[in-house]
Amino acid sequence: MAGRCLFPKTLSTHDMEGKVVIIGGGAAGMEAAGQLARAGCNVTLLEKQSLTGGHVRNWYHLFPDKRDSMEVIEYLEKHIAHKNISVLTGTSVEDIRRKHGSIVVKASDGREFDADAVVLSTGFDLFKSERKEEYGYGIYDNVITSADLELMFRKGEIKRHDGAVPQKIGIVHCVGSRDEKAGNLYCSKLCCVAAVKQAMEIKGYIESARVFCFYMDMRMGGAHYEELYRESQEKFGINYIRGKVSEVSENINSKLVVKVEDTLAGRPLKMELDMLVLMAGMEMSEGGRIIAENADLKTGENRFFAPADHHFGSNKGNMKGVFYAGTCTAPMNITETISHARAAVADVIYYLKEGKS
Amino acid sequence: MKEEGKKRVWADYQKEIADDHFFYVRSCIRQSFFPGSEQFFLHFMRIVLGKDVFENPSHTSCTGIGYHGDIVPLRTIMAVVARHFALMKESGYKNIAISCVTSFGIYTEILETWKHFPEELVQTKEDLFKATGREFDVPENVAHTSDIIFKFRNEVAGKAKFPLINKDTGEPLNGVEHIGCHYAKMFPKHGVGGAEFPRVLSGMIETWGGKVVDYPERRHCCGFGFRQYLVQANRGYSLSNTAKKFESMKPFKPDFVLTNCPGCNMFMDKWQYTIKEMNGTIYGENGESIPVLTYEELAGLVMGYNPWDLGLQFHMVQPEPLLRKLGIEFNPDDKFRTKDGRQMPVPKNLINA
Repeated sequence: MAGRCLFPKTLSTHDMEGKVVIIGGGAAGMEAAGQLARAGCNVTLLEKQSLTGGHVRNWYHLFPDKRDSMEVIEYLEKHIAHKNISVLTGTSVEDIRRKHGSIVVKASDGREFDADAVVLSTGFDLFKSERKEEYGYGIYDNVITSADLELMFRKGEIKRHDGAVPQKIGIVHCVGSRDEKAGNLYCSKLCCVAAVKQAMEIKGYIESARVFCFYMDMRMGGAHYEELYRESQEKFGINYIRGKVSEVSENINSKLVVKVEDTLAGRPLKMELDMLVLMAGMEMSEGGRIIAENADLKTGENRFFAPADHHFGSNKGNMKGVFYAGTCTAPMNITETISHARAAVADVIYYLKEGKS
Repeated sequence: MKEEGKKRVWADYQKEIADDHFFYVRSCIRQSFFPGSEQFFLHFMRIVLGKDVFENPSHTSCTGIGYHGDIVPLRTIMAVVARHFALMKESGYKNIAISCVTSFGIYTEILETWKHFPEELVQTKEDLFKATGREFDVPENVAHTSDIIFKFRNEVAGKAKFPLINKDTGEPLNGVEHIGCHYAKMFPKHGVGGAEFPRVLSGMIETWGGKVVDYPERRHCCGFGFRQYLVQANRGYSLSNTAKKFESMKPFKPDFVLTNCPGCNMFMDKWQYTIKEMNGTIYGENGESIPVLTYEELAGLVMGYNPWDLGLQFHMVQPEPLLRKLGIEFNPDDKFRTKDGRQMPVPKNLINA
């Protein structure tokens, strides 16, 4: 029977409703939905896009083990194929309100959903690289983003706008991250390792290509990241240049001309490239921002949802019965996102079991 | 290259430009180096468009060159600018029209300083009152005169006799637009189109029929850079920066360079002569150097004014190649002749002549 959570016996056993609305059908929302459904909750999963899966769907191979992202999607899809879960795609949410002990979730199309608890898993938006005007994304044909490159990987070909195979490719780290001018002081955490992965993957497609990564620091703080970084240099010959790209332009041959300061060599560098990849950072999603604004949910300096406590309450916010899962609170990789979603599920179960106190 | 991408950037930097009633402040050097430019601006605004543009003869240099040369301190230049604002107030105007990009940068920098540090505004008011007994208001609208010509670019196009089309080929002429660093690099929001892909001059070129060249060193300094030139020992650096720009634009075969800054115009014009003298390098086609024009001069040419009335003969790089492409008839013997027919001294070593 849907609608009643089956809790471990260690939790109290008084009656409760177990109606949970999850907002956002990416990795976090799907994982939370599956876990809550298996615990006996009646779950409604709302996703604004026509498909669930979020950003994972747009990626090809994942770091650090080069797993095909579709394997993750398949796992998550199986996870939500449960009788206790209703998936409503094409549904945007604009507000959440507490009402007589329950929570009302208001969709943009006027529908309302009653819930005993809400999980916000609204994820992130990729930084719009056009905002870094000096890089010329959306203007120069061969300036692309990391997401665009993943699509090329998926298609099985890396080509310039004119159809030629690029031989000299630059990768710019920290696009929209650790950038005061862009209004984002935080590190997006994944771009460094994603750049390493993409650089190696480029070499897999174009063996003769020369790849240059322009970085501020290499932040390899995850399992197997450092090993991947080392492998990229030793086996793939990826060049790492410590310095920020200051501007990009195009010459008469449609080659990109990149200016960068090589801070290790202590001199400016000007380089012609066939293609430039911008490692777009992560920002609070627009959908999350709208909900935060309308529902008075606290956000941090980084504009992501602010957790009630960084150590003990990273899944809780300032509205009772509303929980956070995944990258709506901060940049995370897929492993962390799934773990964070599972932690949110534990909090939801405890909340429902303890009489929503 | 995607034009729509540039349009998206331009949309983010729309600037309010007053329509009428301007308090006009001249540049220190433009009247010497390009004497027809400011004259044409006033003629176009007052006579052609019927606008009210007022000049106060008590207006002085903004002292920007001294400020950027570390001679004039910030507090002093703020008082000088405040005095200009006082003259504007006394004359009954609220919209300032600034002829020089250095001055425009000075005005915007000081206005931003006062906005973020109000105590500086209080101090400047005290300084000005003690020194002159004057009081001032900050302007309601601050525009560079290139902003104003940009605003009225369609009016120029509506009266065009020589659109920027090569009369022999029927193709649009290639125009390099060079924006003064102090126009928008410090405060992109104060420039039409921002700092990375400015629209102020490219909008004029395209509206008047030409094609804009986007070349790798488009954003690079003209070479003036104040201390690069003002300190004599650095002049090689100034020259090398100008050479870098011209080397970069050369493959695109520009027919002209359009600038909105007095310093840029002067250096991109005169250093072409110097480079030619030093190593024989010529950046234009057919052994001719590339004419460097102000936006007023180009507007005047498009509208069919006599090139010598516009003062084009006072450039080191003479405009003949461009005039021929546009199909403008001219008499070179009239270049240095006064209106009443007297012959003025003819400068030596003019190029393209």
